[in-house]
Amino acid sequence: MIKITEKPIDIQKVIDTASSLGAGAVNVFIGTVRSTAHGKNVLWLEYEAYESMAVSEIRKIIEEASQRWPLLGWAISHRIGTLKPGEVSVAIAVSSPHRKDSFEACEFIIDTLKEKAPIWKKEIFEDGEEWVSAQPNMAKTYS
Amino acid sequence: MKCKIKAFGITREIIGQRELLLELPEGTTVGELKASLYGNYPRLEALKSLFIAINEVYAEEHMLVQENDEIALIPPVAGG
Repeated sequence: MIKITEKPIDIQKVIDTASSLGAGAVNVFIGTVRSTAHGKNVLWLEYEAYESMAVSEIRKIIEEASQRWPLLGWAISHRIGTLKPGEVSVAIAVSSPHRKDSFEACEFIIDTLKEKAPIWKKEIFEDGEEWVSAQPNMAKTYS
Repeated sequence: MKCKIKAFGITREIIGQRELLLELPEGTTVGELKASLYGNYPRLEALKSLFIAINEVYAEEHMLVQENDEIALIPPVAGG
């Protein structure tokens, strides 16, 4: 299951989808919205995705992970739209016969997703806003 | 040839619309398309990176843009 959704992520469904009777481990990564950035309070984040390509890039990441680790199941759900601090932005679950593989695969999937999936977020502060990682001067904001 | 270009994230804000219609000569490469966009929208060149996707796949600079391709501007990504 690969899902890009505007609705709150159903973490249990992600876990259930990834689970397998043959697995001795289900590893789950949950990404949440942090309340501060550059020492300032984040009011909310605006997430946006090139949905069809994001799904296809995530599929490639899963295929690569499945070649490197013996995965029995997997599921990914990524939220888009407006998210407040504390809300879940992404949930990833993978299962494998032994725990080490599921830890490594899960870390690989979130790291590669952050690097390749066409998904963007804008931080909204009290005094401005900023697309995360877009510009060389990270601390720059404008009103 | 006429090409539609989707713009996301900060590129959508710089261009001021979600989709841009461009008239490009046949045989235009991805690199040439980027150069032309930088000419029209200098703020794009100040981004940390700018990739072009063709038909939902990251394209290399030497690749040719074809009519009816789905072209998209991919500024630095920040999922997760």
